[in-house]
Amino acid sequence: MSSDSITAQDIAAREYRAGFVTDIESETVPVGLSEDVIRLISGKKGEPEWLLEWRLKAYRHWLTMQEPTWANVHHPPIDYQAIAYYSAPKQKKDGPKSLADVDPKLLETYEKLGVPLHERAKLAGVAVDAVFDSVSVATTFRAKLEEVGVIFCSFSEAVQKHPELVRKWLGTVVPYTDNFFATLNSAVFTDGSFCYIPKGVRCPMELSTYFRINAANTGQFERTLIIAEEGAYVSYLEGCTAPIRDENQLHAAVVELVALDHAQIKYSTVQNWYPGDKEGKGGIYNFVTKRGKCLGRASKISWTQVETGSAITWKYPSCILQGDDSVGEFYSVALANNYQQADTGTKMIHIGKNTRSTIISKGISAGHGQNTYRGLVRIGKAADDSRNYSQCDSLLLGDQCGAHTFPYIEVLNSTAQMEHEASTSKIGEDQLFYFQQRGIAPEDAVSMIVNGFCKEVFKELPMEFAVEAQKLLGVSLEGSVG
Amino acid sequence: MLEVKDLHASANGREILKGVDLRVKAGEVHAIMGPNGSGKSTLAHVIAGRPGYEVTRGRVLYQGQDLLAMTPEARAREGVFLAFQYPVEIPGVSNVYFLKAALNAIRKHRGQSELDAMDFLSLVKEKAKLVDIDESLVKRAVNEGFSGGEKKRNEIFQMAILDPPLAVLDETDSGLDIDALRIVAGGVNQLRTPERAIVLVTHYQRLLDYIVPDVVHVLLDGRIVKSGDKELARELEARGYEWLEASAAP
Repeated sequence: MSSDSITAQDIAAREYRAGFVTDIESETVPVGLSEDVIRLISGKKGEPEWLLEWRLKAYRHWLTMQEPTWANVHHPPIDYQAIAYYSAPKQKKDGPKSLADVDPKLLETYEKLGVPLHERAKLAGVAVDAVFDSVSVATTFRAKLEEVGVIFCSFSEAVQKHPELVRKWLGTVVPYTDNFFATLNSAVFTDGSFCYIPKGVRCPMELSTYFRINAANTGQFERTLIIAEEGAYVSYLEGCTAPIRDENQLHAAVVELVALDHAQIKYSTVQNWYPGDKEGKGGIYNFVTKRGKCLGRASKISWTQVETGSAITWKYPSCILQGDDSVGEFYSVALANNYQQADTGTKMIHIGKNTRSTIISKGISAGHGQNTYRGLVRIGKAADDSRNYSQCDSLLLGDQCGAHTFPYIEVLNSTAQMEHEASTSKIGEDQLFYFQQRGIAPEDAVSMIVNGFCKEVFKELPMEFAVEAQKLLGVSLEGSVG
Repeated sequence: MLEVKDLHASANGREILKGVDLRVKAGEVHAIMGPNGSGKSTLAHVIAGRPGYEVTRGRVLYQGQDLLAMTPEARAREGVFLAFQYPVEIPGVSNVYFLKAALNAIRKHRGQSELDAMDFLSLVKEKAKLVDIDESLVKRAVNEGFSGGEKKRNEIFQMAILDPPLAVLDETDSGLDIDALRIVAGGVNQLRTPERAIVLVTHYQRLLDYIVPDVVHVLLDGRIVKSGDKELARELEARGYEWLEASAAP
């Protein structure tokens, strides 16, 4: 009997289905970081002088900073001189003018990842910007978006074509002095996506960016900037994968969102960077700064994230609720299996009057995974009648993993209303046996329990991605019992 | 239907079942009675395949198949149902969703097509009536926040939906007041058919006033020491188990 018993801590083999390498000729700058490397990157992109200056200011500031150590994660020191800061697939011309110019190998890569770059078929309602290592290789449905005045292009292109917009908003939410990794990004960022939704426009389709790290020993430092003008609405989704490699790779991105009066931005992430193998070898260090500013009155920013990948996740998508009556939301599912470490959460900074925020965080730990929720809710002096509701739930599979919660609450205004709920539960052997006794296999039982646990977050995702996220979670927990 | 032969089983190195023999035919209701610690629940668990027990000797045949060689879910799909003494709570998973997954796993195993949502819901309505369970319970998470009586009733409701050839009811009467007991017993009696075998594991004779068994067995110290008809249960009620203990000695 004991031989066929099912133990929940037998969290083992996981299969990573995006782990292939694309064999493509790349142009990669030598490893190492210096002002010369930054000038080189900026030069390759033909950037204006002010942007190079901004990068150099960031770099000089970065040299004075120390890597943060407060997060509940552990890794050997990162050698920032051993990383290549720019890698791009070689192109015959300056850049692809249309999809027809894109290297078929790249199209194949995205096809394989389930992100077709053809403007048809499966993801017909979604415009995609595909970022491969340091550069954007294609952006779909641009013509259709231009008809309504929506600008959706790579960051580099925005610098060339819309410099006034980039200059006006870059660094206004995450200044170049913000934190160690954001400052590094400000110095060396290579590409990313840029979206601008003009006044009163409801973006007619989902916008998405698909990030792919391919080259070895390369960091990915992308920067995304989304601006929603008065009364505008946009729903944006990002996905990420990387090949299976034994070395850790650094991904330090910055995302800035700005919502003006009555504007709404919904930002969803399905993060599936390579998490490392069963023994914890390899995987991406995902050190990301994401922040949105509800600058306008009654504006709304909503973050939804499903974090299943990366060896280490360090990210806190946050909202600055500056406009009166503005709303911030954070819905998160974070999974840490095998030796993954996740330290993630949010910051809700209430500045305006009658601002509201909601935090729903679901952490799943399995194997030797360590999952930390870290969140700050700050009600400023002038934020009369502001409200926050926080709920942090942890689910444990097995007894080798850990769940940690660090909620920080700072209230400087006595009219604030705060609610905080937290729970920790464990998938027990008796629960699994109950499912089995009704004919349901243990792996299906785990996926039913996990999906039930994550329901509140999944319902916030756009429909087709909710299905993807459920599947991904299933794959990430494969072999977690049995 | 069920044939247990010389079954020895231990948990944590301690032998609990010391040679159990039992034959249950389709259409029969057998009651297994005995004092605490006699091995009643262990017998139910070993039949269902709960982890944590080691079978050291003997066999369990179900419809001619070697039950002990099968995984717990394979046994369930073949039609072995255990009504739990302590049904577990499963937050976030609704009763309806859970039962639909269970029923479809069993139907798939039998080579039947999966039931769609409409057909399943009408089945739920029909069976909910049978065991007199409130439909709102059906929509809630499995056993979460249920009272003791509601949990037991939910077990019988699940049994009604899954329609198993063999049902083992582990102390289904424990913790029930007299009204709940009557309802649960009524549900079981509704499910008593010529095709189904039922094994009732119970501590008290009380349940057998409502579900009248064909055969009563007394389990003492890991062995069945006496079998008889329903009169045996009454005798146990009157005399206790002590008078049988002499015969339990090896």
